[in-house]
Amino acid sequence: MYRIAQKTGVSNKRAALYRLIGIIGALVVSSIFILIAKKNPLQVYTSMINGAFGSYHRIRSIIIKAIPLAITSFGISVAFKLRFWNIGGEGQIMMGAFGAAWVALSFPDLSKPLLLLIMALTGFVFGGLYALIPAFFKGKFNTNETLFTLMMNYIAIKWVTYLQYNAWKDPSGMGFPKIADFSQNAWLPQVFGIHIGWIVTLVLAVVMHIFIKHSKKGYEISVVGESVNTARYAGMNYKKIMLQALFLSGGLCGLAGMIQASGVGRTLSVTTSAGAGFTAIIIAWLSRLSMPVMVVVAFLFGAMVQGGVYIETAYQIPQAVTSIIQGMILFFVLGTEFFIRYKIVPIKKEQEQGGKE
Amino acid sequence: MNLTNLQLFLSAAVIAGTPLLFATLGEIITEKAGNLNLGIEGMMLMGAVVGFITAYNQGNPILALIAAFLAGAFGSLIYAFLTVSLRVNHEVSGLALTTFGTGFAGFLGQAYVGKVVPGNVRQAFGNIKIPLLGDIPFIGEILFNKDPMVYLSYIVVIIIGIYLYRTRKGLNLKAIGENPAAADAAGINISLYKYVNILIGGALCGLGGAYLSLIYVPAWQESVVAGRGWIAVALVIFVTWNPYKAIAGAYLFGGLDILGFRLQKFQLNIPQYFLDMLPYAATIIILVIASVKRSKKNLPPQSMGIPYFRENR
Repeated sequence: MYRIAQKTGVSNKRAALYRLIGIIGALVVSSIFILIAKKNPLQVYTSMINGAFGSYHRIRSIIIKAIPLAITSFGISVAFKLRFWNIGGEGQIMMGAFGAAWVALSFPDLSKPLLLLIMALTGFVFGGLYALIPAFFKGKFNTNETLFTLMMNYIAIKWVTYLQYNAWKDPSGMGFPKIADFSQNAWLPQVFGIHIGWIVTLVLAVVMHIFIKHSKKGYEISVVGESVNTARYAGMNYKKIMLQALFLSGGLCGLAGMIQASGVGRTLSVTTSAGAGFTAIIIAWLSRLSMPVMVVVAFLFGAMVQGGVYIETAYQIPQAVTSIIQGMILFFVLGTEFFIRYKIVPIKKEQEQGGKE
Repeated sequence: MNLTNLQLFLSAAVIAGTPLLFATLGEIITEKAGNLNLGIEGMMLMGAVVGFITAYNQGNPILALIAAFLAGAFGSLIYAFLTVSLRVNHEVSGLALTTFGTGFAGFLGQAYVGKVVPGNVRQAFGNIKIPLLGDIPFIGEILFNKDPMVYLSYIVVIIIGIYLYRTRKGLNLKAIGENPAAADAAGINISLYKYVNILIGGALCGLGGAYLSLIYVPAWQESVVAGRGWIAVALVIFVTWNPYKAIAGAYLFGGLDILGFRLQKFQLNIPQYFLDMLPYAATIIILVIASVKRSKKNLPPQSMGIPYFRENR
């Protein structure tokens, strides 16, 4: 027989090693699916890496994929710090992109810097307001925010579908359901061949890290997340902090939406969010809510998606395999937390008799 | 027999509500064991794809259902191992399961996109009128002239009802959900109970998914579940963890699901896209209502969502 005891003093290095072993385990188990597709897992993984990093062009497209993932992860993790399960990143991205598109399509002739600034602000505010709705009900009636934010995703996607297929459908699209492209003034400028979203990401990583770790507001968010009661005793206004944090959380997701619409799609479409809201949840969790780590993990996830696209064309392996790997990595890394926090102790015979069962 | 419009609508609502009913029942017993499983969407997808592939290749309806049942159970086994044995956070484990299930269905189903359920399987899932009950005016046609899976859902409701309210095991289960430490002290094997109920819960979600791909659609498309798993999580709150009320809740949402489609022929001036929002908007409304009038009687199981750790008692 055995029992389970808590263990302390696992060094960060050792914990990181455990997680690495977990990730390798996930890749090993995921290869079952590659075997089902009658392919050699080692070969597929190798060409996945090659497909992701093989050329400058590919690395560039990893970065483009990683930008929305990282910014959305920043946003999601502000809510997670508070133990508010914001699963609504997808909808907040969409609403942010919608706000930005509204501005871009209404004022196509505004000067570029001014137009982009207004688009970014509108995107932030729209995403933030969209997250405030569930936050308001959570504060007022303690309504379950997980499901609320999730349902808001579907509503946002239906809304954008309506715009794309009906209200905003481009008449010059020859019957093809798409929204008109933004004017060039509404396109994000490029630096080193990549839209400036990457600079925004790096700046945000630093700013958000300082905000969470070293500002009064950031500290308050952490305290509320640890214990609402402690926060109350300390005289903090729980509801106000939650509303502010959720506005920031949704706002960052909305900003990611603006960047996608302006920098990548050049317009709004139902695929603007492309699942970033969900992938960001996994990234935020794997990074243990640390913003700089999120940048790295988002880059790796971008590489995984990019590699997935590559192996689909090279091996006819469905791209969905990347979702399997993502889920598997999360399973394994979650599982390794157990071995970091607990140890299994065998119980000696005589002890067992005095014990239970 | 000439069916009225209302009868046709209610009849279709029962069919649209049946996958929700299976999933809601599955989540009820999972949550009664104190585990919040947010992976329903993933498990439904796993059941849907495995059920479809089995039906397509084997042409055997019973085998397809068994396969879907096992696929759902397999998904929940991963979740159970993480949350019960390894004490991982319930929310994140469930979300991981949904990610995994989505990938699983997309991966295995890709070769089958657009394929249709074979004729003999569809025939096996055709409507069977129950003698006597099927002749009851009005409701006979709605409830008792249906496919075998609908009848199976009635049976599952009754079994879970008896299990929860009339058996010692059901009482033990509720004790675990309310106060695991006390249940542990009373000598109940908590891990075993949790595993069994989570697995059966997942298997029921798998059946719900299979209903969608085998009977409701009946063809393979990746978006076959379309958020119904999440609606089921909300329905559990709406029906206050009661399997009998789950019937009404599931059919109400089944009705909302098809309302948009049915209203089209009345030439309303509302774009389809807004009607498509109805089930999701209604889910939000019931969540808010449930939280506003949270009475003592209708509280969730006390320990729900908290991993149980005996040594922390």
